[in-house]
Amino acid sequence: MRHRFSHGVHPQQNKELTVDLPIQRVPFVGRYVLPLDQHLGAPAQATVNVGERVRRGQRIARPGGFVSTALHSPVTGKVMAIEPRRAPGGKFSPSIEIHADPFATQRLTPNPPIDWLSLTLEEFIHHIQWAGIVGLGGAAFPSHVKYSMPEGKKIEYLLINGAECEPYLTNDHRLMLERPDALLQGIAIVKRKLGAKRAIIGIETNKPGAIDTLRAQIKRIHKVDVMPLPVKYPQGAERMLIKAVFGYELPATKLPRDIGIAVNNVSSLVAIADYFGSGLPLIERIITVSGSGVTYPANLIVPIGTPLREVLRFCGGLREATKSVIMGGPMMGQPIGSLDIPIVKGTSGILAFTEKEASTTFELPCIRCGRCLAACPHFLNPSRLGRLAKARRFDEMRAYRLTDCVECGACSYACPSEIPLVQLIRTAKRESHQR
Amino acid sequence: MKRSDPRLIVRPAPFLKSAMTTQQAMLDVLYALIPVIGVSLWCFGLGAILVLAATVIGALLTERLFSPASQRIPLRMDVSTLVTGLLLGVTLPPALPLWMAFVGGAAAIGLGKLVWGGLGQNLFNPALVGRAFLMAAFPTAMTTWTPYQGPEGLFTVYSSNLAVPLMNSAFDGVTAATPLALIKFQHETPPLYPLLMGNIPGSLGETSGLLILAGGVYLLLRQVIDWRILMGLLGSVAILSGSLYLLDSAHYPNPLTALLSGGLLFGAVFMATDPVTSPITPKGALFFGVGVGFLVVLIRGFGGYPEGVMYAILLMNAATPLIERITQPRAFGRGGDT
Repeated sequence: MRHRFSHGVHPQQNKELTVDLPIQRVPFVGRYVLPLDQHLGAPAQATVNVGERVRRGQRIARPGGFVSTALHSPVTGKVMAIEPRRAPGGKFSPSIEIHADPFATQRLTPNPPIDWLSLTLEEFIHHIQWAGIVGLGGAAFPSHVKYSMPEGKKIEYLLINGAECEPYLTNDHRLMLERPDALLQGIAIVKRKLGAKRAIIGIETNKPGAIDTLRAQIKRIHKVDVMPLPVKYPQGAERMLIKAVFGYELPATKLPRDIGIAVNNVSSLVAIADYFGSGLPLIERIITVSGSGVTYPANLIVPIGTPLREVLRFCGGLREATKSVIMGGPMMGQPIGSLDIPIVKGTSGILAFTEKEASTTFELPCIRCGRCLAACPHFLNPSRLGRLAKARRFDEMRAYRLTDCVECGACSYACPSEIPLVQLIRTAKRESHQR
Repeated sequence: MKRSDPRLIVRPAPFLKSAMTTQQAMLDVLYALIPVIGVSLWCFGLGAILVLAATVIGALLTERLFSPASQRIPLRMDVSTLVTGLLLGVTLPPALPLWMAFVGGAAAIGLGKLVWGGLGQNLFNPALVGRAFLMAAFPTAMTTWTPYQGPEGLFTVYSSNLAVPLMNSAFDGVTAATPLALIKFQHETPPLYPLLMGNIPGSLGETSGLLILAGGVYLLLRQVIDWRILMGLLGSVAILSGSLYLLDSAHYPNPLTALLSGGLLFGAVFMATDPVTSPITPKGALFFGVGVGFLVVLIRGFGGYPEGVMYAILLMNAATPLIERITQPRAFGRGGDT
């Protein structure tokens, strides 16, 4: 049975820039910056002091609460500073700066594989939290929280997000092509520990290679299905994915786990497989570097904390005409004002755009054409919300389901008058929250 | 930040934009109007084109003079005002004095758009506001129709076209009754074929059903107009006038004639579908279309005027905010029909 989610948009994919490029490893650089709040929830708390020497993979910060996670050093080196540094959002966040030891081999201390079969669910969740594993799709929500179930509830289905609906990004696609075994191992671990009946991998049909590779590897005993999904943005949004795979419209007041579903990104599951296989905590991730402003686009394994400048240098630097640099995908990514900002756990890509793509907008009045309504996957009225936001009528916006907005940007994409709808809504959310 | 870094522009996501722009949508309406304008030249001669020019100049001049400088769109980009002027022009009688057409264009932009706060803020369709203004101010001139001219009369300029402002001038000897007037007052059913082709008396751009439909199909394909409004309107007119025809075929036209005569098709394709003055919600759009159709049949069948498209649309324009309020979409995962 085939389902689909309603509304949504079809932006140009532009994935061909990097889709055939194998994942490469970026060499170690001199300086790493690790913000303590690079996951959702409470910031981590540093457990090292300035001047202390750290090993690669050593824990340098512990979870600051339940919805929080640990942080590990991406290199062997020395802690140079613990102070506020510019983080991806543009704000300053308390960060740990580590200088790599130029004489260290950076080889990981071999760890015996963890016997995950004998762990209880609580021990498993503890392991995930202290391994610093978060959702690598972009939100960086600590993974263990998704696995901790309220009393009496149980996960039936593990839903694996391989949609990668953001244009330009190919990191998840490459991962599914190059490490299907690790992905299936990660699925097996989580499925076993949560006691889920079945796992379903949702992949958009613009990744036929990934679909075929995984199908070839999956045996009946795995109880894993690959479900091809028609290409549409925002397929990777949790609720849209559940609708597309199960045909079920998750009530806005409920979480996926309330109906027995756990949604995980493919990279997060590979990170889990790597942790239980070799003891490697989350100290590196795969990103796509692409866009017209990048000299040599690439798919890269990058240690967390590497400054953008160094990653871009590895890719041949920025082209002269570059106008803007974005962290993440082009629909939901964050604009970057300084190349000193580090790669964090939630960074799925770096995009650099030249004049053509970064063209400044000429905003016209809303002519109420309704394209934003037809685009919004949550069936909201972005036109109305935008108007109310401009008038700063935040209380009325709540009545129009302001808080249901997932900020996917489909409305701004569709708007023919180039009104920055999602930005207006995002700002309104923040301001109405503060009051 | 190092000196060697490029100066980066920080602006919010998303960084991709769909190809459709508001300018493009307006241009599409303009393209759809070109055949309609062509046929008015063919049917009614040069005088018709002069009427169009007068409304457009009236509209553009008013926009230039009275719009706040902060909102003013550069003249070469201001397709919206041009379209309003043209839309008004094609609903006027071909022999209308040019100065009246000019006043109509000024009223359309001034009273129909600028007093509301400019583009996107108005409650009523500006072109129809201009037409309603003319209808109230110059009822005789607005209901005096000239017969089809054909290619021989290509360079006809009616003497009433050139009437001196505010002086009562006599109209040309030849006037003709529109098909709707025939139906209403003589209970005659006009033949269908001329209604399609346009060689009948009427407003200068409303006569050829075929070319209006062609424009409508183009606008539907470009997704510039909402099919729900169009189908709701045409469907309800067909059903309601069909029922009346079944009850009393001597007094009421058959549904096909009802659809093709007067300003109905033009109003359905170009006026009722104006996004600014019709509901933005999908359900509301359907409701709006059906409402217009209902009012049209009501006014035509039981009102004093032979034609009611203009007032039907204006009345539904007034109801648009209310329709929107009761047809807000149900948010994802918020109950309803799942």
